[in-house]
Amino acid sequence: MIRLLVLITTLLFASSALAAGSDPAPKEAACTTAPRELKDLYYGEALYYAFQGDWFDSIARLDTELWQYHGLDEPQRDSLFQHIDQAEFAVGDFELAYRMHQRAGRAITAVIEGNLEEPVRNTAIFRLARLYFRKDQPVQALHILERIDGAVPAELREDLAFLHAQTLMANGRFADAAPILRQLQGGEGYAGFAGYNLGIALIKDGQELEGRQYLDRNGLIESAVPATLAIRDKSNLVLGEKLLEEDGYDGAKQVLDRVRLDGPFSNRALLGSGWADAFQGRFERALVPWSILAEREITDSAVQEALLAVPYAYAKLGVYSKAAVLYGRALQAFGTEVDKLDASIASIREGRFLQALVGEELKQDGNWVVKLRQLPETPETYYLLDLMASHDFQESLKNYLDLEELRKKLATWEGDLDAFEELIRLRRAYYEPLLPEIDSQFRRLDSRMRLRLEQRDHIEKRLQAMLTAPRPDYLATAQERILKEQLAQIDQDQVEDGELEARIGRLQGVLEFNIHTDYDRRLTEAYQHLHDLNRLIDALQKQYAAFVRVRQAATQSYQGYDETIRRQRSRIGEARETVATLMARQGHILEVMAVNELSSRRDRLAEYQIKARFSLADSYDRAARAEGLKKVEQ
Amino acid sequence: MFGGLRTVILAIAMLMLGIPAYGEEFSKEQMKGLDEQVQDIKADVLGIAAQLTRLEEKLLYPSDTQVAVFLSLADGEEFRLDAVEIQLGGKPVADHLYSFKELEALQKGGRQRLYTGNITTGDHELQVTLSGKSGGSDFLRTEHFTVSKGVGPKIVEVTLAEKSLGFKDW
Repeated sequence: MIRLLVLITTLLFASSALAAGSDPAPKEAACTTAPRELKDLYYGEALYYAFQGDWFDSIARLDTELWQYHGLDEPQRDSLFQHIDQAEFAVGDFELAYRMHQRAGRAITAVIEGNLEEPVRNTAIFRLARLYFRKDQPVQALHILERIDGAVPAELREDLAFLHAQTLMANGRFADAAPILRQLQGGEGYAGFAGYNLGIALIKDGQELEGRQYLDRNGLIESAVPATLAIRDKSNLVLGEKLLEEDGYDGAKQVLDRVRLDGPFSNRALLGSGWADAFQGRFERALVPWSILAEREITDSAVQEALLAVPYAYAKLGVYSKAAVLYGRALQAFGTEVDKLDASIASIREGRFLQALVGEELKQDGNWVVKLRQLPETPETYYLLDLMASHDFQESLKNYLDLEELRKKLATWEGDLDAFEELIRLRRAYYEPLLPEIDSQFRRLDSRMRLRLEQRDHIEKRLQAMLTAPRPDYLATAQERILKEQLAQIDQDQVEDGELEARIGRLQGVLEFNIHTDYDRRLTEAYQHLHDLNRLIDALQKQYAAFVRVRQAATQSYQGYDETIRRQRSRIGEARETVATLMARQGHILEVMAVNELSSRRDRLAEYQIKARFSLADSYDRAARAEGLKKVEQ
Repeated sequence: MFGGLRTVILAIAMLMLGIPAYGEEFSKEQMKGLDEQVQDIKADVLGIAAQLTRLEEKLLYPSDTQVAVFLSLADGEEFRLDAVEIQLGGKPVADHLYSFKELEALQKGGRQRLYTGNITTGDHELQVTLSGKSGGSDFLRTEHFTVSKGVGPKIVEVTLAEKSLGFKDW
């Protein structure tokens, strides 16, 4: 049963407009791939989310990266520079996958108009066109496709051709679509689908006979692929029903009997096959497919009709008593189904349908209809199968689920802002009492440090000057300076004493001799000391810079956020209101679609009930009359 | 009673074409208008997300102390990655159990930021433990690397492989 539902979902996708044909499988994945050599890890991170189909996070991360990149003075020095063209394309690509075709359209159009290689450019055009097509905007889709020019990646050729044909059909240009579909027929990717669409295109173009021939041929294709077998069944069903409409009963029966008994179109085929016999008065033969059908899942409209058709055939065969019993059984079954439908409609109106749709168990994937069916307390989704597979419903549902995801994110972020504010409060409470004393100590150290740095600069300048104008006296030791002064003092104070004068002169000579002869060594040593001092000063400056950074970080950890948080809170609040409004509107549309569908089915069943009641009474009368006649004859 | 058989057949055909009109209906224009509004709010919320990311980074991971550990999968690796745990400075800071989708995203070349945090300048030991399955048997691999933190954010990448793990300092 699950396989059946998946097939129906696949085949009925976009079936609201028959002219648009059938698509083998809708693909949502983006086409961006990882670069051979990744130069920017944050770009790689955006890809990580994109490869999981988490479009919101991939776009948010890439947006942040691109915003930072474009804010740089020298973006060519940023690691994203190596991937910037791919990143600009990727963000549009992810937006397409996130079904933001307006914004993605602009981004991709910019990329398309940029200097890109033809295959990349054409891939972008294809994706943009496909999104417009899926958004039911075939005119724009065709307009975009007309910009395809030059080389197309080999793996995209069939997809592109099929999309082109579908878009042409959706624009009513069936004659233009036909040659494309003819060429696609041989390919494996669209086996069966190209033939089916070709048949439809030709019929719509007025080439009825040729179109039917294609449908007929398509109804005979051999394949083991479930989707191909299903489209083969659909070809037979469409052709068979066309023949029935035109009284081609034998041909219709022959074609309808090709439909597999376990395929998604088997119920309608069995019903039609029965009518093909019934229209020719062959009620006994009509009973064969109808009896099989009447035993199947009762929520199917064809099965419900068969519940009336079987007793109708018995009545036509004159077996009125059997007909009466079967009409009674149908009446009872319809009553049960009407009750179930009423309950389902009430359940939808109470909001349970939407609750089920956004439940954690149900995620957006190819099997969502199946999953929905397996949920408890879900309305009778068998009745909604066709509706749920329709394009409008799917688009509405995806929007609703996207909005639900946004709602959850916004609620979480509001909580995050509360946490940020608490964090800031705690930081302020911790730092503010500490900082005045720290700042005071720092100022004292800072002034001492500045003084020492000035001294160092002074020494350096002096040493530099001594390289060109030697000044040995500058390098005299403290002891030598004291001795020099003492000798000068003695010389000044001395009484006339020739011997003492000579002695002072000798000592001064020795002192000067030492100072001058040791000058080079002392200069070298002074430079070594300066070098050692520079190392210490470098370490000091690093420590100084580290302190300044930490000091700034301390203040920045709690200052300057109030306005940003207030603005974010306001934006989140507004966004939450908008999301709530849009969810209500989108949810209402979904509910109305579901209620309309169920009400329509309910009304049909109500009509069947009336018919069954009349037919039951009529069959009883006829059975009674027949019984009376039999007795009279006896 | 069943005189209108042709009508019934036509009704069946109509069922295939779409939803019959009933009750309240919505025009294509209404649906398109709503869809455009949904796109607008998506753009707004993405804008909020980008702002919040910047705010969060500034508030929680200042560039002076920020460290980020990214994971990637070596080319051609076919083992099934089950879990990764990392320890920084001897303390467990992050671990992750992998879903099929996440593994596939890594295989396609995506990079996972497993950990963002704060550390002081200097050297820190990074221990990475990988558990997975290869050829039907489980395996566990632990390797150690050194993260040298200077001024400015520190970004490192660990490349996961069955035989040995790679380390790149960005």
